[in-house]
Amino acid sequence: MTALLQAERLEAFYGASQILHGIDLTVARGEQIALIGRNGMGKTTLLRSLMGLVPACRGQRLLHGDDIAGAQPDAIARRGVALVPEGRGVFGALTVVENLIMAARPGRDGRATWTLPRIFELFPRLAERRGHGGHQLSGGEQQMLTIGRALMTNPELLLIDEATEGLAPLVAQEIWRTLGVIRREGVATIVVDKDFRSLSAIADRMVMLAKGVVVFDGPPAKLAAQPELLERHLGV
Amino acid sequence: MDLITFGVQLLNAVQYGMVLFLVASGLTLVFGILGVINLAHGAFYMLGAYLAYWIALMTGNYLAALVGGVAIAFVLGLALESVFIRWLYGRDHLAQVLLSFGLILVIDEVRQLLFGKDVHSVAPPDWLSGSLQLTDNLSYPVYRLAICVFCLAVAALIFLVITRTKIGMIVRAGAENREMTRVLGIDYDKVNRLVFATGIALAALGGIVTAPISTVYPGMGDGMLILSFVVVVLGGIGSVAGAAIGALLIGFTDTFGKVFFPSVSGMLIYLLMALVLLWRPNGILGRREV
Repeated sequence: MTALLQAERLEAFYGASQILHGIDLTVARGEQIALIGRNGMGKTTLLRSLMGLVPACRGQRLLHGDDIAGAQPDAIARRGVALVPEGRGVFGALTVVENLIMAARPGRDGRATWTLPRIFELFPRLAERRGHGGHQLSGGEQQMLTIGRALMTNPELLLIDEATEGLAPLVAQEIWRTLGVIRREGVATIVVDKDFRSLSAIADRMVMLAKGVVVFDGPPAKLAAQPELLERHLGV
Repeated sequence: MDLITFGVQLLNAVQYGMVLFLVASGLTLVFGILGVINLAHGAFYMLGAYLAYWIALMTGNYLAALVGGVAIAFVLGLALESVFIRWLYGRDHLAQVLLSFGLILVIDEVRQLLFGKDVHSVAPPDWLSGSLQLTDNLSYPVYRLAICVFCLAVAALIFLVITRTKIGMIVRAGAENREMTRVLGIDYDKVNRLVFATGIALAALGGIVTAPISTVYPGMGDGMLILSFVVVVLGGIGSVAGAAIGALLIGFTDTFGKVFFPSVSGMLIYLLMALVLLWRPNGILGRREV
C-alpha cells in the first residue's frame, strides 16, 4: 500500500540559504508523528514545504503516490493536506462560524466527517463564541478555531505547527486531548511542539531534526532510551 | 426653499449617491481586494452606457439592455482579468496605472469606431417614463425614483453576498490573509477573476442605469472615475459599506452645494474629502495599516 506522504531527499531554500538538507520522511495513513528539534532546525520549513508554501524545493514529494513538486498550496490542500500554521492565521474580520464555513469542503472520498456540529462538539468553547469575531478570541480559542477550520477541509494529513505554544496549561491539555480524537478518526498528523513529554505520550513516531537533516526517526520509547540524543538536540 | 423643493433635492441627492455607490463599490472591490488601481473603471462605466444604447437600439427593450449589458461587461471582465489584470497583482502602482490607462485608450478607440462622437440618448422603459406631479408646477420623474429603489436593491444584494454567502466569506478572508485561504484549498485565482469581473459589471451597471437620464457621450466616464476614487478614499479602501456612506455623502454635498453655494459647489466635495481625511486618514470605515 502506498504511503500517504513520502518525501525523499527533500531540500528547501530561502533565498541563498539552504534550510533543509535532504529529508527523508514517510507518513502512513492515520499515523501521528511528532516533529521535534530546537528552534531554527527546519521544522516549520519542512511543514511549509510539504504544503507547497516554499517555492524553492528540490527532491521528491509524493502524496498518495503522486508527485506534488511545483503544486500550488491550494491544489495540495484539495488533495487532503491541511496546515495549522505557527501564529495561527485566524481571519480576524470573520466570526468563528464564518472562519469554519469558509473552509468547509468534503474530503477526497466525498465524505464530510468533520462538520460544523462536529467541530463544536470537539471544541464546546467555540460553540459558545460562535458569533464573535476572530480578533476577539483568546490565544487558546484561536488555536482551537485554526485546528477546527483545518478539520473542516476533511484532510487526511494535518500539519500542526507549534500546537500549544503560548497557551495556558489547561488549554494546552485540551489541545492534546483533541489530537487524540483526531487520531482516532484516522487523520494522520505531523505535530510540532516543544512539550516533549506530551508528544511522547501521543505520537506513534518521533522525528527529530537538526540543522535541516533527520537525526532520529522511530518510536518514542526508542528515543527515550537515547538520553544523549535528547541532551544534544533538545537539551532535555 | 419650501419643503417640497427640499424633498426633490433630497431625492436627487440619494439618486446621485446611489449610482455613484454602484460604480464606486466596483472600484473599491478591485482596489481593496485585488490591490489593483484600475484607471479604466470610468471607461467601463461609459462602456455600460454605450452597451445600453446599442442593445436598446437593437431590441427596443431597456430591460434587455440592462441584463445584456451587465452580462457582456461581466464576461469582458473575466476575459480581461485572465489576459491582462492577473499580471498586475503585487506589481507596483505604475505598472497598474500604465496598463489601465492603455485600456482607457483602447476602449475609447473602439467606442469611436463603433459609435462615433455623437451624443446618444436611451429611453427609459415605458412604464417608468412618466413623472409624479408633486405640486402644480413641480414634478419628479418616475425613472429617477426607480433608480433609487433599484440601486438600493443592488446594494442590499452586494451586502448579502459579502456577509452571508460562502464566497463572500472567502473574499473577506482573502482580503485579510491570501496565503491562508490558499492553504485551506481555495483557488484564489478564480476568486480574483470573479471579483474583477464583478467590479467591471458594477461600473457598467452604473452607466446603464444612468444612460436614460444623462445621455450617452464620449468621456462620460472621466468625471465618474475621479468621483469614484473620491468615494473609495472617503469610505476607506476595500470597504463596500464605506463606499455606500462615501457615495451618499458626495451625493448630498454635491446636490445641496449646488443649491446653497452655487459659486463654490465644484470644490465642496474635495473640501469634504480633505476634512474627512484629516479626521480619519484611512477613510470612514478604512482599516488602519498594520
